[in-house]
Amino acid sequence: MTTAFIVHDKADTVGVVVVEDVQPGKDLTGWIMETDETITLKSLDPVPLGHKIALRDIKSGDTVLKYGHDVGRAVADVGKGHHVHIHNLKTKRW
Amino acid sequence: MAGYEFYGYRRENGRVGIRNHVVILPLDDLSNAASEAVATNIKGCLALPHAYGRLQFGEDLELHFRTLIGTGCNPNVAACVVIGIEPGWTGRVVEGIAATGKPVAGFAIETNGDISTIAAASRKAQEFVQWATEKQRERCSIEDLFVSTKCGESDTTSGLGSCPTVGNLIDKLDPLGATTCFGETSELTGAELVCASRAASKDVGERFMQVFNTYQEVIDRYKTSDLSESQPTKGNIAGGLTTIEEKAFGNLQKIGKKTKYIDVLQPAEAPAKGPGLYYMDTSSAAAECVTLQAAAGFVVHLFPTGQGNVIGNPIEPVIKLTANPRTARTMREHIDLDVSGLLRREMNLDQAGDRLIELMLRTCNGRLTCAEALGHREFVMTKLYQSA
Repeated sequence: MTTAFIVHDKADTVGVVVVEDVQPGKDLTGWIMETDETITLKSLDPVPLGHKIALRDIKSGDTVLKYGHDVGRAVADVGKGHHVHIHNLKTKRW
Repeated sequence: MAGYEFYGYRRENGRVGIRNHVVILPLDDLSNAASEAVATNIKGCLALPHAYGRLQFGEDLELHFRTLIGTGCNPNVAACVVIGIEPGWTGRVVEGIAATGKPVAGFAIETNGDISTIAAASRKAQEFVQWATEKQRERCSIEDLFVSTKCGESDTTSGLGSCPTVGNLIDKLDPLGATTCFGETSELTGAELVCASRAASKDVGERFMQVFNTYQEVIDRYKTSDLSESQPTKGNIAGGLTTIEEKAFGNLQKIGKKTKYIDVLQPAEAPAKGPGLYYMDTSSAAAECVTLQAAAGFVVHLFPTGQGNVIGNPIEPVIKLTANPRTARTMREHIDLDVSGLLRREMNLDQAGDRLIELMLRTCNGRLTCAEALGHREFVMTKLYQSA
């Protein structure tokens, strides 16, 4: 099975799409690097190569975790399987 | 790979270079024309034009001198001709470079004019080139090697693949006595506490935090927004990076999983605590950062990219690697090592790190990098504030 997305850390709330053709409704296989686990997820948006996909429901105001660390704050509700980027995630700095 | 040896040029002060340049170094913007004319006259030498050197003062002036002197001192430079508008500051750069024992000569334009200066400097440059081209490479070990790293046009694949590949190399070479360097102060924002915890001692960690906080004050003083589109860049955002915090954690993968940094360097400051990993306070702009690292004496650079930064440096070869399969395909002529197999799980990090070590040693032995073959020679001085 092709690995369609990769997750750095088991605690992360987003994964990174590593293939070029993720469309809505597609069943994706993911790999958690830290634990070497395989997981699955249905995509609900087109997500370009390198972009993030929500691994669970994220509420507006929630801290988003990647590398097991705080990488910013959600500024909109994001459902599991949706695209996470500048439209719904902002820096807490600057 | 047994022994990790390479063939380099051992200089008068014992340091080892992997290239054998004769550099024509302008002290200031006014001397670029004469320097370039000398490099046109005499084949096999390299002019390094830049934009600054007039009316600078204080810390900014000290950085200017440190960068120029450090560039001339870099062991990838066999000999150096310095050209300046007047003899005073020209002489200061010549003296600084002469401390290495390598051949260096200065020429001032005032009272001579460009044409006489070019003639005299060309005769000296010819002498240096013919001398330098007889130098032979000799067998060297990893203890002789100074390696710097900085990433650029990063995307999420940088944090997943290309930066951890550099980290794997650092973790393998650190115990063997290599001297290595990372920087990019602003691009550690969000990961600064993790970075501080990777210092070899509490004191070094505290000095890192001081440098980090000073840089944040600069950003706070001048910013007009949350820096979206500057940090992360437009290219970072196209590649899927959303916030500076996310970018910072990807960036930090370059120092590996266990190596600790032993000192905090000022911009362009040469490491003085022996072998080990050093953190240098630098801008995160690629050409500025690599220019500072080259001026500190690093001879080979590892540059992970996501979306495809094309940077090179005139004296320090820049090796590019990417884990982004699209970049590896569409920007092939810029990518020295494709580690996109990491994302397809066709190779593991250990294998990727070994491939990078092998390619780095081949580069040290003389193989031109993509950036060298394509003529990328970005030499960009860091300027701290306005001139007087």
